[in-house]
Amino acid sequence: MSPDAIDIVPLEALLERVKEKRDRGCRLVQISAARLPEGVEVTYSFDLKNRLSNVRVLLPDDGTRLPSISAIFGCAVLYENEIQDLFGVGIDGLALDFKGKFYRTTVRFPFGSTKAPAPPPAPPAATAAAGPPQNTN
Amino acid sequence: MGYFQMSRLALKWALTKPPTSRYPFEPRKVIPGSRGRLVFTKDNCVYCTVCAKRCPTGALLVHRAEKKWAIDRLRCISCGYCVEVCPKKSLELAGDHAAPVAARAREFT
Amino acid sequence: MARTVIPFGPQHPVLPEPVHLDLVIEDEKVVEARPSIGFIHRGLEKLAEKKDYNEFLFVAERICGICSAIHGQTYCQAVETLMNVSVPPRAVYLRTIWGELSRIHSHLLWLGLMADGMGFENLFMHSWRIRERVLNIIEATTGARVIFGVCKVGGVRRDIEPDAIPGILAELDSIEKDMRDVTKVFLNDKSVKARLCGVGVVSKQEAWDLGAVGPMLRASGVAQDMRTLGYAAFSDIPVVPITRTEGDCYARCAVRCEELFQSVEIIRQAFNRIPPGEIAIKVTGNPAGETITRTEQPRGEVVYHLKANGTKHLQRFRVRTPTFANLPVMLKILPGCDLADVPMIVLTIDPCISCTER
Repeated sequence: MSPDAIDIVPLEALLERVKEKRDRGCRLVQISAARLPEGVEVTYSFDLKNRLSNVRVLLPDDGTRLPSISAIFGCAVLYENEIQDLFGVGIDGLALDFKGKFYRTTVRFPFGSTKAPAPPPAPPAATAAAGPPQNTN
Repeated sequence: MGYFQMSRLALKWALTKPPTSRYPFEPRKVIPGSRGRLVFTKDNCVYCTVCAKRCPTGALLVHRAEKKWAIDRLRCISCGYCVEVCPKKSLELAGDHAAPVAARAREFT
Repeated sequence: MARTVIPFGPQHPVLPEPVHLDLVIEDEKVVEARPSIGFIHRGLEKLAEKKDYNEFLFVAERICGICSAIHGQTYCQAVETLMNVSVPPRAVYLRTIWGELSRIHSHLLWLGLMADGMGFENLFMHSWRIRERVLNIIEATTGARVIFGVCKVGGVRRDIEPDAIPGILAELDSIEKDMRDVTKVFLNDKSVKARLCGVGVVSKQEAWDLGAVGPMLRASGVAQDMRTLGYAAFSDIPVVPITRTEGDCYARCAVRCEELFQSVEIIRQAFNRIPPGEIAIKVTGNPAGETITRTEQPRGEVVYHLKANGTKHLQRFRVRTPTFANLPVMLKILPGCDLADVPMIVLTIDPCISCTER
């Protein structure tokens, strides 16, 4: 897949874009998040007739919340809970919110958190330690 | 059709020798080429520590100064990566498996 | 009517791996299922930041014990795309052959678990007896039984010698005969049918909307198989997705039974066409860029999303495994079914929880 099949949209346009995909009869393939120095990048992949198309938004590290697409694609719930638990991204309007109990990790938010002060530009391995106070249970 | 699909199969195998082996009494057949126990040959090793550095699980330990090579059998996953990177070909995977052990320990050579 | 909550799992006779469901029961009917996973999250995606891209292959292969071969293959394909490496054709064919062998052993394992789940112990034993013969072929060619460890970035580590091929093909013929006997029982036996027909029905639209993949989707009538994308040797060996239209547990079982024979056919064709030559090329440098690679695992489509920035560590390694995509469908069909049918429905998605949680 060439990277130009990735459509970068502003956060406000996300739901509209996803709705459009849904209306065209696409299947939600995956939602994946990646931590970049400037924030969390969330990629939504859709499939139609074996062709992959992607929609991408960038969440800055200032505690911006992500709107849930679970009202459009019901199966997005699991992916969004996963992103919430691993990346510490707040998600609005989840159809089924596990409230951080989907993954039981010893390190809370292993990939860092958007709610914390922006992680220092350190090697990626150190970002885990830059998360908020660690969960002790 | 329907009711006695299984009986034929069951009957056939009831009259055949079992395909399983009686394991502890009969040793496991070694399949040639199987990746099993890691064998170290001391003779041409130069203690370059490449194998220990590359080992994905950290099972190997090499002391360059003391000329010691050690393996933790419970960590080794027999992936063969060390065999591939060894410049002196002093590592090899044997077809059989290491004897069971109860505790984690490093075997020094 | 009083409602009762019955916990299902994490330890349950039909579950090979821990997943927990809270089943809200009204009389004998399930009205709601609340999942809870995360028992075996190992943080493998995070580990990509500590292992270099060559070493990480060993981690990628261990995401799952059963679909290991195709995880390794997909990882290599993804890294090769990033590095613009073209793999020698012989290596591509070998990967295809091993991938299909792993599909056969995975489906046989599943058929066994299915038989075990419905209390048909004899059938379970026979499925696994045949699987053992497949594992022997795999061990003789790759050196290991389930975690093959033969793929590497740039090719494969081992070759199958030309004089070993007739022996393997003869063994496959005999395995195919054995599989016919066993699948006949799965497809025609009255007690199996009574247990599976009409249980956990998913319509075509529902399956598509909820993002189902693999046999789950094909059993509902959607002809979707990632092998038709033509990765590896599938550009030369056409694959026609096997579909059923009923969408129930029986259909999912039937799709997997038929895929066994499809895989045998693919292996035969691959051995017929396998070109001679190199099995690996030397790869230097570090990956850079981004790719999303999809392949077909025994359980369905797997998605690898890799981001690399030119260092020897991957910036982001993300896997969406087939079971993860099939969980929403499972949660959708559980409400309304009988409590006694829950194990069957959970099993027919072929749950692979290690995969799901990574």
